[in-house]
Amino acid sequence: MSREAQVDLTRLIAGALAIVTFSIVALVVMPYFLTRTTTRPAKPAPYTTAQQAGRAVYIANGCIYCHSQQPRDPSVAPDQQRGWGRPSVPADYVHDEPHLLGTMRTGPDLFNIAVRQPSRDWHLGHLYQPRAYMAQSIMPAYPFFFEERTGPAQAGEVVVKLPPGAAPAGVRIVAKAEAIALVDYLLSLDHTYPVRTGRNAGAAP
Amino acid sequence: MSFTIGLLVVTFFASLGGLGLFIWSMSNGLFGPESAASRVIFGAKEIGLAEEPAAASVAGQNALQETMNRTGHTGEFSVLTAEEANERLIQDASGKWPVLLCIGFAVAWLVMASVFGLVASIKLHVPDWLTGQAWLSFGRIRPAHLNSVAYGWCSLAAFGVALWLMPRLLRTPLVGAKTAAAGAVLWGLGVSSGIIAVLAGQSTGLEWLEFPWQCDVPMVIGGTMMGVALLRTLRNRAVEHLYVSVWYIAAGLIWLPILITVANWPGVHRGVSQAAMNWWYGHNVLGLWFTPIGLAAIYYFIPKVLGKPIHSYNLSLVGFWTLAFFYSQVGGHHLIGGPVPGWIISLSIVQSVMMIVPVTAVAINQHRTSWGHLGALRDSPTLRFIVLGGMMYTLASVQGSIESLRVVNTVTHFTHYTVAHAHLGLYGFFSMVMFGSIYFMLPRVLDWEWPSHRLISLHFWLVMIGFATYFIGLSIGGWLQGLAMLDASKPFIESVVITKPYLLVRTLGGSLMTLGHLVFALHVGLMLTRRGAVKRGPTLLRTRSYTPGSAGLALGGSGA
Repeated sequence: MSREAQVDLTRLIAGALAIVTFSIVALVVMPYFLTRTTTRPAKPAPYTTAQQAGRAVYIANGCIYCHSQQPRDPSVAPDQQRGWGRPSVPADYVHDEPHLLGTMRTGPDLFNIAVRQPSRDWHLGHLYQPRAYMAQSIMPAYPFFFEERTGPAQAGEVVVKLPPGAAPAGVRIVAKAEAIALVDYLLSLDHTYPVRTGRNAGAAP
Repeated sequence: MSFTIGLLVVTFFASLGGLGLFIWSMSNGLFGPESAASRVIFGAKEIGLAEEPAAASVAGQNALQETMNRTGHTGEFSVLTAEEANERLIQDASGKWPVLLCIGFAVAWLVMASVFGLVASIKLHVPDWLTGQAWLSFGRIRPAHLNSVAYGWCSLAAFGVALWLMPRLLRTPLVGAKTAAAGAVLWGLGVSSGIIAVLAGQSTGLEWLEFPWQCDVPMVIGGTMMGVALLRTLRNRAVEHLYVSVWYIAAGLIWLPILITVANWPGVHRGVSQAAMNWWYGHNVLGLWFTPIGLAAIYYFIPKVLGKPIHSYNLSLVGFWTLAFFYSQVGGHHLIGGPVPGWIISLSIVQSVMMIVPVTAVAINQHRTSWGHLGALRDSPTLRFIVLGGMMYTLASVQGSIESLRVVNTVTHFTHYTVAHAHLGLYGFFSMVMFGSIYFMLPRVLDWEWPSHRLISLHFWLVMIGFATYFIGLSIGGWLQGLAMLDASKPFIESVVITKPYLLVRTLGGSLMTLGHLVFALHVGLMLTRRGAVKRGPTLLRTRSYTPGSAGLALGGSGA
């Protein structure tokens, strides 16, 4: 083994480690300390057990691949004009593990969906068949969150109220636990409370 | 606004200074005699000889050699001696089993990934198709597609190429082939269990990191086993100089486990800092794993097939360090406009734009090496895929730099435009380069010629036309989607409706690509089972020589 190749190799390993360490410090460690110091605010309230279960349904079924949860500053995009809410700040995400900021808006931002659509019936029906509410929607239908029942009503079942013609005749559409939990979570998405704003609160200028 | 600009300027000069300091400290010897290092991949007098095991028979290889002679690159008397041919044969065969396992699994995952991708694509314009089962829903098929592409096809192909290239680059047989083979199996098992978990609804919810940690464990162990075999081979090397491809591969092998470990560290990531980590990882797995392996292959195969050293070896090393430095910090541009500290975004934008430096270095090297010999693309399937893949690397990188600028990003962020861009990188660049590499490697590994050159052409044209359709269609659709979303006077649904015809075009392109992959998989299958007539032409490494003025190659006996 030549000495020159040995020097090359040492340089390679040292350099590769130095560079990756630098990037970890800049993009992982510093954000960790900077956002950790955010004092825990009164709002948002921690998720309830039911909301947490719904959040798990949101994750398991990949809602994140079409919906973001990060309204942007009015100087960047008209998110606020669309009714999606004020620009979000790090404190809004204090209970979020994993984060669900999202990278696509094939569908609208959901950070304040509870404000825009506070109706549980609407959400359940929309999950069952989005096109019954918005003809041009390309959101998938989630029939597996529901079951079709006939016969006498059972205690505690949540029957979905659908627009006429959206469900097969002669059956009633009953929401399963996943659907109810998911809607509980969606109805918790209300970040309209006031926050301290400014650069340190994290809204990108 | 002035604060933003100030931040950008400070970040720019700080990183420029940092990089200058870094290159200065690394540069001892960097600008030494370069010809020796760039010639290390050739035999003592081999320069001027084309090598292409995937050529169509001896006539095909002769045609390639004649093309090279006509474009007159050396005029030297070129010869590969029996001893050199023999050594290379041993190196090529030393990683047979791990290479075959990696490539076999990779191609199987390519087919699976294509099916997932196609199903997901159709679902976006036929939203009521296959909605009956949870595991078939868009939100599960789509991450199954991404993960089977990234960890199934791309990573296993990358390991296969690395395991085969390193012995050649270091001129020594692979050390620990069995360990590496077991590692490939473990990795494959990890990926399989991860995909099943995602389809079953057990995703972690983090893009690029969807696998539950239990599935990551066999992948990390398997990856480490392959890495250890390669590093042991590196220690055993018989070369004076480390060729630039070795730099890329070794660095990639060091970076990958660090990325996976930091990203999966339990209990520290949450909220906005987790989002920053997520995109640090998401972009670095591209920049510090796939890109280095893809560039290592480009830097080896183009000069090797042409029989001509790369244009500038020093430039390739500058390209290496600048790539590592800038690329490792670009991830934050996925959060432009998001709730993260402004300096993270500024840093990422600056470094994204600075990526133009390493990209230019690669582009100059690649194009100056192959320029004037483009006729060789006709005779060499390897070159056809790799040269085009290299061009798409340049395109994807320049597009990425432009996309990170706020004014462009505002339109493209959150749209299908980004999806198209991702495919230009991981498909147009990386997958194409892997196709070319596999066409070169498998004949040497299996000692068998590709059964059909028609199938290679069919594969090439299907994926090229399919990908062009996919990319152009989806880029236009995504751009229009972004413009519609920025126009507050339009209801949101208009940004959905406007994309529909382009989503259909994407399915069309994706179908052609899938068809191409089926052709490729079939061909690899025929190859692995040694179908086709016995043809022993370019596949065999043998003593070869070329004398200027003669008609073609003079072939000696088999080197074996």
